[in-house]
Amino acid sequence: MARAVTHQRKTLNTAIAWGIGLLIFFPVLWTILTSFKTEAQAIADPPVFFFFDWTLENYAVVQERSDYMRYLLNSVIIAGVSTVLGIVVAVPAAWSMAFVPSRRTKDILLWMLSTKMLPAVGVLYPIYLIFIELELLDTRTGLVIVMMLINLPIIVWMLYTYFREIPGEILEAARMDGASLREEILYVLTPMAVPGIASTLLLNFILAWNEAFWTLNLTAAKAGPLTAFIASYSSPEGLFYAKLSAASTMAIAPILILGWFSQKQLVRGLTFGAVK
Amino acid sequence: MGRMVLEKVEKRFGDVTVIPPLDLEIEDGEFVVFVGPSGCGKSTLLRLIAGLEDVTGGVIRIDGRDATTVPPAKRGLAMVFQSYALYPHMTVRKNISFPLRMAKLDKAEQDRRVEQAAAVLNLTDYLDRRPGQLSGGQRQRVAIGRAIVREPAAFLFDEPLSNLDAALRVGMRLEISELHERLKTTMIYVTHDQVEAMTMADKIVVLHAGRIEQVGSPLELYRTPRNRFVAGFIGSPRMNFLEGPEARRHDASAIGIRPEHIMPSPNEGAWKGRVGVSEHLGSDTFLHVHMEGCADPVTVRSGGEVDMHHGDTIYMTPDAGHIHRFDDQGLRIA
Repeated sequence: MARAVTHQRKTLNTAIAWGIGLLIFFPVLWTILTSFKTEAQAIADPPVFFFFDWTLENYAVVQERSDYMRYLLNSVIIAGVSTVLGIVVAVPAAWSMAFVPSRRTKDILLWMLSTKMLPAVGVLYPIYLIFIELELLDTRTGLVIVMMLINLPIIVWMLYTYFREIPGEILEAARMDGASLREEILYVLTPMAVPGIASTLLLNFILAWNEAFWTLNLTAAKAGPLTAFIASYSSPEGLFYAKLSAASTMAIAPILILGWFSQKQLVRGLTFGAVK
Repeated sequence: MGRMVLEKVEKRFGDVTVIPPLDLEIEDGEFVVFVGPSGCGKSTLLRLIAGLEDVTGGVIRIDGRDATTVPPAKRGLAMVFQSYALYPHMTVRKNISFPLRMAKLDKAEQDRRVEQAAAVLNLTDYLDRRPGQLSGGQRQRVAIGRAIVREPAAFLFDEPLSNLDAALRVGMRLEISELHERLKTTMIYVTHDQVEAMTMADKIVVLHAGRIEQVGSPLELYRTPRNRFVAGFIGSPRMNFLEGPEARRHDASAIGIRPEHIMPSPNEGAWKGRVGVSEHLGSDTFLHVHMEGCADPVTVRSGGEVDMHHGDTIYMTPDAGHIHRFDDQGLRIA
């Protein structure tokens, strides 16, 4: 029997859900609103909500002062290339762990995850020195490498989880049907794992896009992505709230739009009733 | 052709022996059923034959050729899995033709074989659907279709009907038997359901803890079970076992008598007991009778409409010709 949920109860739940959603979204909304205010209105007390003189001036100033497109390009290249490279490395790793596990597989997975528990600043010094030595400071190549490596554990974990959900019997069926290992991976596993690989790509792209610690520490003017672009407006002196907000809005807009369009991909089911 | 010989085949997982060395011969065209309780190693044995598991020791020969280390794809066997294991992203047509594509058959031949299999299995109208859009029985037929297009040396079935509901199961059972009659290809069928084993098999292999307890035709196993395990496993409802004075009277450690070989009577008989639960099936009634000095109730088959109630006194007479005697090792005394 289906649980009886009263109308009032449903309305209440909906209201609560919206409330929590708005609460979480509020800082983003505030940032976007502030970006359309003048600097004076941005720090007005009491704060003004919707009724202010909407202006695009901040965006014009920001674009004039710094080259948004260059930062955007850096962000796209660093997040994109590091994600694709990460997937290429992680797919075989996750495959072997999911389908031919050894006694140590669980330990290896945990060990990989434990590297994420280390405070990043703990390895900043050695990595900085290595970067100086290899002349990678403020280069996209350097950032791509670091970004790929720091996100690799998460990619492997995610893919491993997705692959684990693919029933082994289907792969065995392919083996019985005469498929070689290559054919099994190409025609059976990969198509079935596409939703999982896509969500991993997407999430990792977002993570790399938002990464600030390494981008701020390892880049300067040349290879800086959008996170560095935002940071350049958070100066302790002067009235820069509105401009900082405009910069932030410009930085988060692309990823927000990408996330919006790929919602379906992120929640799409994995198998379509092959089993049971 | 699909003659198989297993010589001293053995399987261990680490320190756990799943299948101690066993020998088995399967003739070409035979319908062989591996039956046993869960965990008896029947599926493992099938997977060893399929090549999905490596043997720890011994030799597997398929049509005289040593196939022990041959990968599954090259053994020429087709398998139907319990979960059907269809490719969810492919249409029924693509699913069935998958083995043919792997074998690089030309397109026309692929189409011909798929159409033929679909016609045999009543799948023609569903060829362009995906597995997710099919019912359980249809999915099972697709899995069988994928197996038959290859024209394999033998079919391996791993509990193929256990995900289906009871009515469908009976139907599919007949279809598989029918298919065997038509193709005359060796089939090895794993099940824990002794009814499936009895109704489908030419030859039943009863497994228990990885060991073969007995090999024989369904009626051989029913009439002359080699030991108590087989006696108790084959036949439904299961055989009654009596120990103590009743067994000693027959010079045995235990005697077994099937429910259908006991005559119940309200007035007179060799044994006396009290009726417990009775199960009315319409055609038959199974009475569970409590007897003095017996731990388990004795099951008795009676006619469809019997006037016996809980608590009534009942007399029973076993058919002397159908009493099975077992020694203290549980082995049959001839």
